[in-house]
Amino acid sequence: MNRLLKIGNSVLAAVLLLTLMLASCRSGGKNAKKEADSLSESGVNAAVYEDIKQAEKIFYTLPSPLESAMLIKSAGAMFDDNLLNPIENTGNYNTNKSMALNLGVYTCDLSFASLYDQTQLIINYMNAAKKMADGLGILDAIDQEDIDMLEENIHNTDVIMDIVSQTYLNSNSYLEDNGQPAVATMVLTGGWIEGLYISTQLVDMKDFNGNKLVGRIIDQKLSIDILIDLLETSKGHPAIDELISQVTKVKVIFDKITLKTTPIRPEYDQTTNVTVLKSEVQADLTPEVFKELSLAVAEIRSKLIK
Amino acid sequence: MKVLIIAPALILLIIVSGPNVNGQCKAFAKRTCLPELGSYTHDGNYHATVLSEGEEAELYKTFYSNMEYRLSICGDEALPSVEFMVMDADRNILFSSREAGNAKTWDFKLQSSQQLRIILKVTSSGQQSGVPASGCVSIMFGFKIK
Repeated sequence: MNRLLKIGNSVLAAVLLLTLMLASCRSGGKNAKKEADSLSESGVNAAVYEDIKQAEKIFYTLPSPLESAMLIKSAGAMFDDNLLNPIENTGNYNTNKSMALNLGVYTCDLSFASLYDQTQLIINYMNAAKKMADGLGILDAIDQEDIDMLEENIHNTDVIMDIVSQTYLNSNSYLEDNGQPAVATMVLTGGWIEGLYISTQLVDMKDFNGNKLVGRIIDQKLSIDILIDLLETSKGHPAIDELISQVTKVKVIFDKITLKTTPIRPEYDQTTNVTVLKSEVQADLTPEVFKELSLAVAEIRSKLIK
Repeated sequence: MKVLIIAPALILLIIVSGPNVNGQCKAFAKRTCLPELGSYTHDGNYHATVLSEGEEAELYKTFYSNMEYRLSICGDEALPSVEFMVMDADRNILFSSREAGNAKTWDFKLQSSQQLRIILKVTSSGQQSGVPASGCVSIMFGFKIK
């Protein structure tokens, strides 16, 4: 009995020690003393505030495939199914890297087809995205119920957008919550590159100046630094390092564009309860730089879908 | 006897190490935060994490002109209130939830596309003793075309 108690105590001590180690790992970096307990006052420059703060978690967020597709459509661009990654390519993707990147690519294509009411393509691309998600072992990202609901509501864009949004959320949250942030980052990167690829291919060079779609492409200059920061969080992963190298080539071209923005003035509209962030922006993208950008993006994208 | 000693320790281990603590955040985000987007379409992105009292998270995102956005912040019931503020690239504060009556959502649109930074903070309950409360915190974005 004494021997049993001794064993029990040893096991208990080991379990408690392990427990404490795990608990301290989970709260790693969280012990820094916070000097201020509430957010600083509006209108006060927050630089001082930032100096004394260390966020526990930083999110780098890219436009989702649905948002990218919405940006393309709102710029008045036409749909072109030749620009999508053919669904026949799904059989070529057997590695985690290729499946993750193409889950992002196919979700972007799905979003694009959804906003342009391409009913058969919506079903096909949902199935292609499902194949990628299943291959990555993402449980319940896209189940048969989602596909059935999609078919039943194939002419209802709002329902389709909700389903696309939910399936993308399911994929990303599964990967993030199951310790696969690098794979989640690849999905996001694939989606962003596909959106940029479709946008650049849809620009009519005869209608370059004042083209709304060109304006949307210039806007991506604001996201490329976020993308690189996001990729840097998984630096050391071979597939991510390769993406950093490829995306950096695109950043070099985006860096040739100068963006001048006036300070933002928030104005609250009491009738709509919406705040308008007012500011003017000037950009200087030339057709030559645009062509260079378009070629670089097409080159990366062709490697992604290979 | 051994079982009596080890069982509570194992339960404690499971609770503290939480094999899928963040997994609970997905369900929390979908259940609690998603409905707050109302008529706005959720963009599909996922931003949720476990924070304790006094801790912060921050988020960087580009927002586009001609789109209308709703930002929604949710904190677990176990947590004290969650405050947030939105800054521009020069760290000027554009919105503070505290100054807007502890708002949980913010609707906005932009004249020109901008990269913004969102900082959220779980306030402190002020209790000196005991383990600080911790729970899921989620940030979600919805959009619609103007």
